[in-house]
Amino acid sequence: MSTQSNSMPESFDSQRIAPAAMSATRPLYWSVRRELWEYRSIYIAPLAAAIVFLFGFFISMVSLRHRMQGAWPLDSAQGRDVFATRYELAAALIMGTALIVGIFYSLDALYGERRDRSILFWKSLPVSDLITVLSKLAIPIVILPLLSFAITIATQFTMLLLGSIMLLGSGVNIATLWSEASFVHVSLVLLYHLLTVHGLWYAPLYGWLLLVSAWAPRAPFLWAFLPPFVIYGVEKIAFNTAHFLAMLQYRLIGPGDAMAPHSAPPDFMATLIPTHFFSTPGLWTGLAVAAVFLFAAVRLRRYQGPI
Amino acid sequence: MTVIEARGLRKAFGTTIALDGINLQVEEGRILGLIGPNGAGKTTALNAILGLTPYQGELKVLGRDPWTEREQLMRDVCFIADVAVLPRWIRVSQALDYVAGVHPRFDRAKAEGFLAKTTIKRDSKVRELSKGMVAQLHLALVMAIDARLLVLDEPTLGLDILYRKQFYDSLLNDYFDRSHTIVVTTHQVEEIQNVLTDLMFIDRGRIVFDSSMEEIESRYLEVTVRPEQLAAARALRPIHERQVLGRTILLFDLMMLDHVDRHQLAALGDVRTPSIADLFVAVLENKPGNQTAQGAQGAQGAQGAAR
Repeated sequence: MSTQSNSMPESFDSQRIAPAAMSATRPLYWSVRRELWEYRSIYIAPLAAAIVFLFGFFISMVSLRHRMQGAWPLDSAQGRDVFATRYELAAALIMGTALIVGIFYSLDALYGERRDRSILFWKSLPVSDLITVLSKLAIPIVILPLLSFAITIATQFTMLLLGSIMLLGSGVNIATLWSEASFVHVSLVLLYHLLTVHGLWYAPLYGWLLLVSAWAPRAPFLWAFLPPFVIYGVEKIAFNTAHFLAMLQYRLIGPGDAMAPHSAPPDFMATLIPTHFFSTPGLWTGLAVAAVFLFAAVRLRRYQGPI
Repeated sequence: MTVIEARGLRKAFGTTIALDGINLQVEEGRILGLIGPNGAGKTTALNAILGLTPYQGELKVLGRDPWTEREQLMRDVCFIADVAVLPRWIRVSQALDYVAGVHPRFDRAKAEGFLAKTTIKRDSKVRELSKGMVAQLHLALVMAIDARLLVLDEPTLGLDILYRKQFYDSLLNDYFDRSHTIVVTTHQVEEIQNVLTDLMFIDRGRIVFDSSMEEIESRYLEVTVRPEQLAAARALRPIHERQVLGRTILLFDLMMLDHVDRHQLAALGDVRTPSIADLFVAVLENKPGNQTAQGAQGAQGAQGAAR
């Protein structure tokens, strides 16, 4: 009897707390999962890119082995070059695929639910517009970078494995291949690049795409890409300047050209020093613009019904 | 407890007035039918109640302002806005997972129980289901949510008669009790005649009729008048007159007849309670500004019925 009366208030408390905790993270978690159910290309496309690349790599290894008959031993510097450029190519290909997927995803994210009327179903559930829009923003700036990182690492590892097997007995020192690959180091740089550039630096671009997606009565793709052209054209004719274009280029290329994903690891590391990156004013203005776009998208979704 | 309370609810789209100062009150445990012609403002009224559209005037749903407190409201309110708003890509199992994930009042076992009575497979996608099955799935999801107010806007549009009957049967037998309140709009009024506890007609943004079903039964009478009694019957000022297969059917409002009771009317012909559809036609045609003025009868009424 006494234990019952003791446990009662506790269970009441936990019941009261549970919905409160639920209101924040659970709907966000399930909303992100929902996006992955709906847009399976988010993980299928980078995976397919990786598989296609691995196939190409396999063929190149076969031909490499063929060509190198008689020209052994390959020194370690040469071997490193052969692999290093291919590693970068793999990373670039997977990242590029993820970028394209992210663009198309963002344009459809808030438009598709209005077009197929399912917005009426989503709005009948206790998930706020803010949570919904945040979950949709999380796909290009968190989920896609992490996914492409994981896929890139897996691909590079497979390449190393595949390369080692192919070059086994060819005289190439396999051990140096593995030690020169310096996996952990390069991986961390890649992860950092993905999270900073694709996650934070590109945030206003994805914010813009989501805003257009929330607003466009039709053809969101056109609404997203035509206005920049028009602004550029008007500016060019009216003032004969190209500030808008320069701004756009700056945003696309990143703060300083050393930020470009293809630069060699040593320079790459130097410019990616957190203090350097996080003290770039462009980052913070970009994030502020992203926040404005996001807020507008949330407001728009509030008013919008099916089209 | 009052579930919905509106005073002077107004909504205009440009110059079109969708809701023209609606007053309405719905008590807990009622099943209200909101009936009106196309474009009368039914859906706008429901959208205002569900917080899907901003409005002018006073509106409280479960004591909350639906526009500003929408998220909290959606825990206690559930709705089916239309048939086929479930996203076509979702699997039945995913729909269950998602609603269970985001809705604190969803009882998954209950939903599984409802689905077990249907032929819907767990791994089917919505696009693979027939329209009737989609409605069944949506209803199973909604009935498993312990909501205090359920709003159904044309929930059975386009379904065949078996599915329609089943829909309302399960709603009444498996869901409804005195703690739930249901508001439903439909054009298939005959089918919900025995489901409703209250009835409201809406026309051109105004509520033109508001009554409980008990009141309708005690107040309105339809008399299929014998030809020789026609003149005597018309002298009693019926509110509506129509011709069916050469016989004249008069509708009487007992409140408007001073010294006449059911027995006197029974002497004129066959007496029965009017159907919602007939009542609806009579009320709308008697509205000031419509074809015939209130209380008018005879030739004018007949003209109205013949239209």
